[in-house]
Amino acid sequence: MKVFMEGSHAAAEAVKMIKPGVVCAYPITPQTHIVERLSEMVAGGELDAEYVNVESEHSAASVVLGSTAAGARSYTATSSQGLILMSEVLFNIAGMRLPVVLTCVNRALSAPINIWNDHQDSMAVRDSGWIQLYAENNQEVHDLHFAAYKIAEHKDIMLPVMVCMDGFILSHGYEVLDLAEQSQVDKYLPGYKPAYKLDTEDPLTMGLLGSPEVYTETRYAIQKTMDEALALIEKEEREFEKIFNRKQPLLIESYKTEGADKVLIAMGSICGTIKEVVDELRAKGQKVGLVKIVCFRPLPVEKISQALKGVKHIGVLDKAISLGAFGPLHLEISALAQIKNIATQPVSGFIAGLGGRDIRPKTIKEIFSLMDKGAQAASFVDLNKWYKEESPIMVS
Amino acid sequence: MQDNLFVSGHTACAGCGQSMAARIVLNAAGKNTIITNATGCLEVFSTGFPQTAWAVPFIHSLFENSAAVASGVEAGLKHLGIKDRVNVIAQGGDGGTADIGLQALSGMLERGHDVLYVMYDNEAYMNTGIQRSGMTPICAETTTSPAGKRSLGKVRPKKNMAAICAAHGIPYVATASAGYPKDIERKVKKALPIKGPKFMHIFVPCPLGWRHDPSATDKIAKLAVETGLFPVLEYENGEITNVMRFKQLKPLSELLKAQGRFRHLMKESPEAKEALAFLENIVQENIARYKLIKE
Repeated sequence: MKVFMEGSHAAAEAVKMIKPGVVCAYPITPQTHIVERLSEMVAGGELDAEYVNVESEHSAASVVLGSTAAGARSYTATSSQGLILMSEVLFNIAGMRLPVVLTCVNRALSAPINIWNDHQDSMAVRDSGWIQLYAENNQEVHDLHFAAYKIAEHKDIMLPVMVCMDGFILSHGYEVLDLAEQSQVDKYLPGYKPAYKLDTEDPLTMGLLGSPEVYTETRYAIQKTMDEALALIEKEEREFEKIFNRKQPLLIESYKTEGADKVLIAMGSICGTIKEVVDELRAKGQKVGLVKIVCFRPLPVEKISQALKGVKHIGVLDKAISLGAFGPLHLEISALAQIKNIATQPVSGFIAGLGGRDIRPKTIKEIFSLMDKGAQAASFVDLNKWYKEESPIMVS
Repeated sequence: MQDNLFVSGHTACAGCGQSMAARIVLNAAGKNTIITNATGCLEVFSTGFPQTAWAVPFIHSLFENSAAVASGVEAGLKHLGIKDRVNVIAQGGDGGTADIGLQALSGMLERGHDVLYVMYDNEAYMNTGIQRSGMTPICAETTTSPAGKRSLGKVRPKKNMAAICAAHGIPYVATASAGYPKDIERKVKKALPIKGPKFMHIFVPCPLGWRHDPSATDKIAKLAVETGLFPVLEYENGEITNVMRFKQLKPLSELLKAQGRFRHLMKESPEAKEALAFLENIVQENIARYKLIKE
């Protein structure tokens, strides 16, 4: 069914159809519209779930940890400082192999306090053992939630999944999207049947002390699962299309990369703008393309390598910066290019769109034009002119 | 007698008051119980992979979130329609409960989850090596509140967790001591059938941290109550309904002398005298406030 809907409600409608038993969240802008809508659904009897209003994000994450361990499908959502406050628990959830799903409505980190979009929050927890999926538009916001639960609860995965959606741009932006039917969701995603849970009939101790004798193996097990998950996620892509009758890329999407000289790599809503610029430049005869990364964790190394094979100039657009080094996605693509021996030139890194600064087509064009002008390490391409003139960039 | 649900073979120190109390709590609760546990001695000495001392479902997550994890377990069980058959007990030490976990505990109490929270109070961060907590008594020596030329140990009295929890308007709050196992058992059995949040503060000596003989745990756990320093009582719906009273209290010095952590107060100095007077004053306040003396 076609509807005109903001991204937050597209997420909430998906969560409703997923039928979690426990929803728990703490309010933070711009996540609030999702959980407000879910609490309305619970209050109105549309969603049969326990809605737990907690006193902090640390507790929100802890509640869904506990409820998932008890055997109930659970959901939470947060942004920015909330995600960072949760971070201790996020690592714990992954280590305990609990298939929690969380929506991260991406927002910048303080200081200065800033409620607008970038990817610094989810990038800061990229090592936590969570699978991370990034949505380009509200259709993807809706659809990725179904896939997120399917992936998280897969018996051979059992890892938490974070659905990342750009704050305000998607969460508060209205778009036409095709809402799923409940029957499709029920077919795609059966009820949660945990392989292990806190059960008085079959007692089990969770969260044990892992000595140096076993700790490495627990980490290796997650790394191995992440690796194996790539094939399972790709399978889910086909399964999703079969049931929902639409394509939802779950690993990457290659856009006009055939015969491209220059390919830009990015995640999230900016990919929509990049596609328009690619169309415009292609029309002018420039051989440019985009690789959109949907699944950042696990990083689809083979898929990305295949998409970049033979591309002369590779650029990465990060809406985050590992301060004192490079853009996080840039770092990983550079490593991948070296390990897979695909780059003929160094991979360039561009930083833009921090704290809600709009990335305009002009900036994307500038990035494409810089991509064959020598390596860019962490080039802040949308700095204000007055700042650029006053102080040279430390890393450029 | 039923089998122990918290079984032997764990690695607690000899004379550990916490392990004694935990066994009494769990045996009183019975097998239809799920435990959430904060990081601390209890979790560390009982769950070294691949072993566990817990014959009931047990989950340890982090230091400060036992109450929040228990809230989640309770919500999950409610959704699954089995909460009425299962007790949820959240456990933590004094640091994990009264310091780093106080916010999560307050949230759990305010939201009204059907959970019994048990704080095992050994009056310092014992698992990390006897550092001072908000529950360390005034003038006690710890590794981060050492006595010295300019210090008599901890500078402030401990938090009154029972009163803090009772102030949340929850149906049941109790204090207890490892020295009175039957009292612990009775209170757990009384608390669990009550719907809503319940809180128990159990005084558990730590021979290593308090520097007393492991065989003295029971004696010290009793003395703390018998001297009036640790009142044992019950609150129901915010009102004190029961207090363990004595015809006559024992002298405080008996309790203090039995523990190395108060040894610096036994010196003949004006400061030590003042400190002892302060501790004695706490006893006098307890006598007045809780009517500790039988009339």
